[in-house]
Amino acid sequence: MSILVDANTRVICQGFTGKQGSFHSEQALAYGTQMMGGVTPGKGGQRHLNLPVFNTVREAVRDTAATASVIYVPAGYAADSIMEAADAGIALVVCITEGIPVRDMLNVKAALRANGTRLVGPNCPGVITPGACKIGIMPGAIHLPGKVGIVSRSGTLTYEAVHQTTQLGLGQSTCVGIGGDPIKGMDFIDCLALFEQDSQTEAIILVGEIGGTREEEAAEYIRQHISKPVAAYIAGQSAPPGKRMGHAGAIIAAGAGTAQAKIRALREVGVEVAESPAEMGLAVQRAMLK
Amino acid sequence: MNLHEYQAKQILREQGLNTPRGVVVEDPAHAELAATGYLGGESWVVKAQIHSGGRGKSGGVRRVDSLTALREAVAQLLGSQLVTVQNAPDGQPVHQILVEEPLEIAREMYLSLLLDRDHECITLIASAAGGMDIETLGHEQPDKILREQCNPILGLQAFQCRNVAFGLDLNGTLQADFTRMAQTLYRLFIDSDLNLLEINPLVLTRDNRLVALDCKMVLDDNALSRQARLADMRDETQVDGKEVTAQEVGLNYIALDGNIGCLVNGAGLAMATMDLIRLHGGLPANFLDVGGSATAQTVARAFSIILSDTKVKAVLVNIFGGIMRCDIIADGIISAMREVGVQLPVIVRLEGTNVALGKQKLLDSGLSVITAENLTDAAQRAVAAAALPHVASVHTGAPA
Repeated sequence: MSILVDANTRVICQGFTGKQGSFHSEQALAYGTQMMGGVTPGKGGQRHLNLPVFNTVREAVRDTAATASVIYVPAGYAADSIMEAADAGIALVVCITEGIPVRDMLNVKAALRANGTRLVGPNCPGVITPGACKIGIMPGAIHLPGKVGIVSRSGTLTYEAVHQTTQLGLGQSTCVGIGGDPIKGMDFIDCLALFEQDSQTEAIILVGEIGGTREEEAAEYIRQHISKPVAAYIAGQSAPPGKRMGHAGAIIAAGAGTAQAKIRALREVGVEVAESPAEMGLAVQRAMLK
Repeated sequence: MNLHEYQAKQILREQGLNTPRGVVVEDPAHAELAATGYLGGESWVVKAQIHSGGRGKSGGVRRVDSLTALREAVAQLLGSQLVTVQNAPDGQPVHQILVEEPLEIAREMYLSLLLDRDHECITLIASAAGGMDIETLGHEQPDKILREQCNPILGLQAFQCRNVAFGLDLNGTLQADFTRMAQTLYRLFIDSDLNLLEINPLVLTRDNRLVALDCKMVLDDNALSRQARLADMRDETQVDGKEVTAQEVGLNYIALDGNIGCLVNGAGLAMATMDLIRLHGGLPANFLDVGGSATAQTVARAFSIILSDTKVKAVLVNIFGGIMRCDIIADGIISAMREVGVQLPVIVRLEGTNVALGKQKLLDSGLSVITAENLTDAAQRAVAAAALPHVASVHTGAPA
């Protein structure tokens, strides 16, 4: 098994005929993802990458029975695209787009609460179940089907965790990049809950960073609900307060959201926290031997 | 993006909210003219306009009781570099002064609206103890802080405003005034794509008016494209020059105090690289995220910006080539180093697709590039290189 996506997941792409949508859909197809087609308003009826193009997500779902959608549309239109996918009954929406205004995401979150659609992102690398389904911009080749579930706020740091677990021969069950924005879809806790239930996942790596209190909440959740070994790394230990470190969410405000506080919270509940980003793989290996 | 106090107050006035009467000046003569003309009276408040808090304690806000004192204060502050506890050690330049009428103050309160990431909404925060540092108050007397979370769809409701107004001991017509003000501020927050709107202090004057004595507004950077008017209020003199240059070319750069320049793809990995340098005993000179799809051009610009920091003694390039192949990234690094003329030790750690070919290209380039085996090796080599005495630190990067 795996979480969120597997070999049977039927995927459409919103922003399909654009540069990003085209490039990453080609990569997904090469990886073996079941891409069913895509949506570009005004280009319905055309073919792109030998797949059908639809004007609306509703039409795409009707004709392809897609259950997942990946969004590459520009930031100003992305919130609308998420709502469109949710309205059409898509169960899993993965939004890669970065730079969506916060106000738009507040509205999206409020609307999704009443809907049941799962959102991953925005501003994230996507979701991959190695060897089965790749939805997003991550390099497929570094992955190895295996036993570690990875959930991360950062894109390239996810690749580090993947690379290290691949080199150690552990492999990955599913990797979820939840994104670096302050208002986002699935969070650590949502993914931890799914990994706990998933029979393929034997251990979990959580990659966090400064800002907010989601890592602390994850620590509390781990204490109460997670029986599997968990390792973690928190980026931003040397970040100065008040400076936004790239991700809109990565800022230490009013002394809250520091790496030290997160590391302490995670260690207190028995999580194996790596001191160095080079040792995420070793940390999960240690956690599995405990 | 931050607004200046005078800009934020102008926006409040446009919404019919009370602020002290004031004039923005850029020379002492203009200040005198404003004081004797539009403002009148015999004393005034002089407020240096910089994007930082803590101005009062560092002499950036002064009350003056004569025209001579006014001229002196304005002349002294204009063109100075004002250092506060929040922007130390460098401080920020003062180019404008806000001269205001003094008010007869009965009480000082605190009021703000902010993006509340934990509750995924906008939260109103208020306290009867204004003027002081709200963060300190939050730690020491959390029960003195009133909070109302706003439903994103319904907005700030009248009952919530009443909760706060009565909590602040604003009764009778003041309660209605407060509700009107709070709902106007909420609307403004939404319509202007703000991340923070802070009025500290909100004062009750002796003649029973609610007035914003100070105002801070922070805009959502992601929304600047649809807030053209507010985006035009940007004051780039308040930000590190290198950060401005970086932003113009789509890079994410933040200056720090150390001597190891960092060039990394991805914000998380960039932070992790800084941490790793520290872990091995070095100090990062900057945070720099070249983004997910680093090209030769962006890498060249990143090198220029890093090298314009004269503290830098070594550069650590850490790229996890995702979709972009490592050999292409190596080409980018090589052409960037040739173009910019890098003289400092450069340590490169590449990982991802075609990594062997990428490393070979760097070796064959004849440039003084040290290729690292892995993350840890890269950090150790960078720390060692930066610690070397008398490194030929020739900086040829373009000035910021």
